[in-house]
Amino acid sequence: MATQLIDQFAKNLAPDTKAAVYDGSKKGHEKRTQLLFDTYADPNRLREIAGEIKQHVIENLDTYLPAVEAKLQANGVKVHWAATGDDACAAVRDIMQARGLRKIVKAKTMVSEEIELEHYLNKHGIETLETDLGEFIVQIDHDHPSHIVKPIIHKNRREIAQSFEREGLGAYNDDPATITARARQFLRHKYLAADVALTGANFVSVESGRLVIVTNEGNSRFCLAATKCHIALVGIEKLVPNDRDLGLLLNLLGRSATAQQLTVYTEFVSGPKSATQPDGPEEMHVIFVDNGRTDVLASDCRDILRCIRCGACLNVCPVYRQASGHAYRSVYPGPVGAVLSPLLAGKKFPEFADLPKASSLCGACHEVCPVNIPIPDLLLRLREKGKREGAPLAAAGTPPMGAWAVLASQPAAWKVALFGGKILNFLPTNLIPVPALRAWEAKRTLPEWRGGEFRAWFKNRPKP
Amino acid sequence: MSTSREQIMGRVQAALAPLPQRAARPDWDRDLVILRQAHGLTDPWPLFAERLKAVNGTPLTSVTELVALLGKNNWKHGYCDPALWPQLSGAFPSGFTVETTYDRTRVDDYAFGLTAAAGAIAETGTLILTDNGTSSRLGALAPWVHIAVLHRNQIHHDIPSAVAALPADPNIIWVTGPSKTADVEGILIEGVHGPGRQVALLVD
Ligand code: SF4
Repeated sequence: MATQLIDQFAKNLAPDTKAAVYDGSKKGHEKRTQLLFDTYADPNRLREIAGEIKQHVIENLDTYLPAVEAKLQANGVKVHWAATGDDACAAVRDIMQARGLRKIVKAKTMVSEEIELEHYLNKHGIETLETDLGEFIVQIDHDHPSHIVKPIIHKNRREIAQSFEREGLGAYNDDPATITARARQFLRHKYLAADVALTGANFVSVESGRLVIVTNEGNSRFCLAATKCHIALVGIEKLVPNDRDLGLLLNLLGRSATAQQLTVYTEFVSGPKSATQPDGPEEMHVIFVDNGRTDVLASDCRDILRCIRCGACLNVCPVYRQASGHAYRSVYPGPVGAVLSPLLAGKKFPEFADLPKASSLCGACHEVCPVNIPIPDLLLRLREKGKREGAPLAAAGTPPMGAWAVLASQPAAWKVALFGGKILNFLPTNLIPVPALRAWEAKRTLPEWRGGEFRAWFKNRPKP
Repeated sequence: MSTSREQIMGRVQAALAPLPQRAARPDWDRDLVILRQAHGLTDPWPLFAERLKAVNGTPLTSVTELVALLGKNNWKHGYCDPALWPQLSGAFPSGFTVETTYDRTRVDDYAFGLTAAAGAIAETGTLILTDNGTSSRLGALAPWVHIAVLHRNQIHHDIPSAVAALPADPNIIWVTGPSKTADVEGILIEGVHGPGRQVALLVD
């Protein structure tokens, strides 16, 4: 294979989609930068502190996990643990079947996508409905999200209007306001008819047991106002020590994700509804999910567990902008996905071993990350791992270096090769039988060969 | 306890055991995250009102203004917290229908919902709602217009103060402007699932 998988995705991307992804991510990045630097004297210091808080949490999960469990139980929340994705799916099903519940309304949870919950539950006769507008459109199209916070960045309004027409949500109309109003009308009745609200959590405070759930649309809030049972799927890395830390992290999340000071709805949920409240869940369950996270914790890439899923690294990434999210073939796209997806894949690591190479190591992702994750370093470690384990995808698209190694270590061979290099100038380069070079040359012109001049200069240079 | 729990705890311990030392918890100064504009305020209302407008919210300082806004847009049918209605009803002329119980079988009937705010944050234009202080979660969410009734002395200057004052309440919501999305081609649309119009009504 001459090119990387991700290059093929980029090449096959429809021009419309490419433009949409490129503009959307670029705008997101520019707005973020402006907002951060307008309002804070030293935003970089904030990123460092936020990173230190999260690093501290993941390196002390052995004390924080039992502590948050105790706090949640004291708040009247039932706590469940799921070592694998299958365990998590089964936990949701068990809770529902024990109570005879059949219908779920979902506010976005990335964990549910990671464990393919919808597919599992549908097989067991449980209906699930996505309520975030973008996720809803992804669901009716049987598609996959292509961005962490902008799931349908790859779709245009005409495609969406066609989907709505097909689903019987009204005659074709591609006005975004009409699309939104129709979804509003359709979904509110679905919330009210549902049994269970399924959410994720952006943060969980160990001190208070508060789950923090943020949305702009208000869908998680509607889920939690209309249903009688709340189930939250939470990755074990989502903890923060204190409520106080939320002040810092929420500031960074809104700005990094969508260039807002705060996301519109920031909910602090610490248990079932209060006694005087007529609406909302009488029962609350939290399922803590491992599903590969402890393997990441054991690896030299554990820093990626700090991630707060803001999407800023996607927006700034030159590779993401060209290739879009589906090129990463997993729930987590972009730079964060290039690190996290191969790690979470466990035994399937080789299938994703090319992702760590989908980066020019320009460092932009590290610069924007609100929790200061050194993504390029982690990518290098994973490239190493891919090589060490001999994953074929880890080598695809990398020019074979064997011949180079011989030349570079034997001066005589080197000199001969330099002469050979001069001959190249008289050959059509497309005759050179190196596939990687062919692929490279398809888009670029090889400069004229000037090898050997340094040696000549070095030999003849005036001696001091 | 469950096997999953033991497995996870065991793996966490095994993963962390080889670390020569654990990352320490950083100490940080709350002033670092306070926006420049929120330093040294006396009356927080003007900043709150300005920030609320910046997120397309509507700050109002009298019930008369509110009634005018609702009337002008023909938002005549609504829900109101039964505890607030006695003090507000006088300002509503005939022609308005206001219910003090929210009937979830008729979500489409209510154009507005009036409930009590538990606080606000000036630097972000945020309204704070609590479960104990909100008469109906749906009444404060499903109608097109939500009006949160706020007192001046409930306004926090900044996020760290609001976090420090988080009450013991199972469901606290910070609302910063109307419900919105930019999922379709990045175009901003307000009123997705929650209110398309978010009002803060100051009563002193
Ligand atoms: S790695 Fe950093 S920038 Fe990327 S999504 Fe996670 S927190 Fe955001």
